Amino acid sequence: MKEAHHEAHEHHGAHKKTYKYGMVVDLDKCTGCGACMVACMAENNLPFRKDNSDRMRSQLWMRVYKISNGRPFPDTDICYIPRPCQHCEGSGHHHTPCVSVCPATATDYSHETGIVSQVYTRCFGCRYCMAACPYHVRVFNWWDPTWPKGMKKYLNPDVSVRMRGVVEKCSFCYHRYQRAKNKAYAEGRRELHEDEYQTACTQACPAGAITFGDLKNPEHKVHELKKSPYAFRLLEKLGTNPKVYYVSTRDWVRKAGEAYAGEEGKSVTHA
Amino acid sequence: MSTIEEKEQAVSQDEQAAEHATVEATREPKKPGTWRFLIPLAAFALGFVSHFSLGWVILPPILYAEKQQPIDFSHKIHQEAVDEGCESCHYFREDGSFSGIPKLENCAECHEEPMGEDPEEAKFIKEYVEPGKEIPWLIYGRQPQCVFFSHAAHVKMGELECIICHGPIGDSDHVRPYQYNRLTKYSRDIWGWNIAGLAKNGWDYLKQADDSGGTKIEHPARMKMDDCAECHMEKRGVHEACFVCHK
Ligand code: HEC
Ligand code: HEC
Ligand code: HEC
Ligand code: HEC
Ligand code: HEC
Repeated sequence: MKEAHHEAHEHHGAHKKTYKYGMVVDLDKCTGCGACMVACMAENNLPFRKDNSDRMRSQLWMRVYKISNGRPFPDTDICYIPRPCQHCEGSGHHHTPCVSVCPATATDYSHETGIVSQVYTRCFGCRYCMAACPYHVRVFNWWDPTWPKGMKKYLNPDVSVRMRGVVEKCSFCYHRYQRAKNKAYAEGRRELHEDEYQTACTQACPAGAITFGDLKNPEHKVHELKKSPYAFRLLEKLGTNPKVYYVSTRDWVRKAGEAYAGEEGKSVTHA
Repeated sequence: MSTIEEKEQAVSQDEQAAEHATVEATREPKKPGTWRFLIPLAAFALGFVSHFSLGWVILPPILYAEKQQPIDFSHKIHQEAVDEGCESCHYFREDGSFSGIPKLENCAECHEEPMGEDPEEAKFIKEYVEPGKEIPWLIYGRQPQCVFFSHAAHVKMGELECIICHGPIGDSDHVRPYQYNRLTKYSRDIWGWNIAGLAKNGWDYLKQADDSGGTKIEHPARMKMDDCAECHMEKRGVHEACFVCHK
């Protein structure tokens, strides 16, 4: 048995290669237009409501938050923060928060891609993961999804539609990875080029604020971008080790992102 | 004195007395213990047998319904009629996706006019080719919506033969009935052939066939999650993440 195992490892050594897909979002470029949210909804079969600006009820995988430095004119400054699933890797004693609490193994962390999955048919809707997630990226389906007449035909066949009673979240458009791999296999390759796997929000952003790729691969743009001295991650002190990096030259934005507990207004410097 | 000895004694006594059991019982009302212990045993045996027959004989026909394919398509006849083997009809597109079951267009290349006398062909032409209607084939291997499957990975990279997963459909002369679960509507091929590990995998049958030097796969293959995972463990040596086969 052990030998067979060993053989399998050697023979398919190529499979052992791992990736760490992640994102770098330049907050100084984001204009808050919301194109990423719309692209995400269309790509991932998210249902929408008549008034989707109703924050309590809208179902979003990518959500753009607006924050302000809270100072009076003329020092007022605002910043928009697009927030997909952070695909936390965890570190040391810290696990990916949602994965460690799920009683059904409906969500797992892939060590091959670094992507946190959500298998909707497995989820039974206890919502522990929603409580555990410090980023509020998970949403619960209180209703079965509905679409305007005729729109069902436009649903993306690569993404499964969720039913009432389950939790869902951003998958870094994992189905695009599957498709890209499929094409690569047909051409006899196992490796993907950077541009073959990109998320819908990345491609939709008119300002080019979002960059997506393999954080471990020096040939991918994110590899350098995440090293910027202005880069930070949301709530970094929690040790969740997220794979979404943000960049802003504005001090107060970085402090807000890290949930700095001091007097925010005072230490702000303006770039 | 151990109770086991007691019981053994009782058993042998009882075997001797089996035929006269009822008579003896009425004659010797003072020794009820010699046969009474059989009641739970008999109850257990009865329960055992009835539950097994319920699960293996009675329930499956209740649980699974059967449908016939719209046309009795013969792979054998067509294998001889086409030039490029299976790929004439089941091929890969440029983007790596698999064409699956051919469209009517593909059939019409040859069947614009009847090619033979076969009544099945006449029916096929009258009901589908002439009105230009696609044939609603039933797909034995169809997976639930949440599953991602890649033929390119298995056929191109893994170099697996079709028969390993699908069984001997490629050599068949007639289509077999399509069975599906009444509750879930899933095909029985992906869920239901394996009760308690008794049925084997497609690849086990292939090994048998190799040993005896002929294609002997008659049983439909299984394509349940466990079956996928079993082969992945064997061939890839990994316990895959959910987001390999799911989407
Ligand atoms: C002339 C076109 C044609 C050729 C050539 C052909 N097939 Fe098919 N195949 C079909 C059609 C039509 C169906 C649907 C009817 C059926 O299920 O038998 C089908 C169905 C199948 C299925 C069933 C898939 C499922 O899960 O329902 C398998 C497996 C298959 N073919 C394998 C093969 C193999 C292997 C070969 C080569 C030996 C081959 N086919 C050659 C037309 C073709
Ligand atoms: C390369 C040409 C070719 C193609 C493509 C082709 N056929 Fe045929 N088909 C034949 C020939 C040859 C026969 C045998 C005719 C005879 O002698 O009876 C036949 C026979 C048949 C018959 C009657 C025998 C049987 O299989 O029960 C049916 C039904 C049929 N074809 C359906 C189809 C369908 C459906 C398709 C598309 C998936 C298709 N054919 C594609 C050449 C073709
Ligand atoms: C590793 C197992 C495996 C192998 C090997 C395999 N298949 Fe399949 N096949 C499947 C599964 C699983 C499905 C169902 C896919 C789905 O529903 O998404 C399928 C579906 C199909 C279908 C129906 C697809 C459709 O949507 O119309 C055809 C036809 C088919 N296979 C033919 C073949 C042929 C021909 C080969 C050999 C070249 C082959 N398969 C090799 C597992 C396999
Ligand atoms: C008989 C063995 C076998 C069976 C059965 C099998 N697989 Fe696979 N599968 C493989 C092998 C081997 C590979 C790797 C091919 C390669 O890259 O060389 C693979 C690769 C894959 C991949 C691509 C993985 C990647 O890293 O891109 C997916 C997806 C997959 N299998 C899904 C399935 C599903 C779903 C089923 C069940 C319906 C299944 N497999 C059944 C052997 C099998
Ligand atoms: C090797 C491929 C493979 C992997 C890895 C895999 N699955 Fe599956 N899964 C399948 C296939 C194929 C089916 C459909 C057939 C069946 O129901 O068994 C399925 C079905 C399911 C279903 C039932 C869906 C339904 O509609 O009935 C659930 C729930 C599920 N999987 C959860 C998971 C979870 C959770 C993981 C990760 C821990 C996982 N799967 C990993 C292949 C896989």
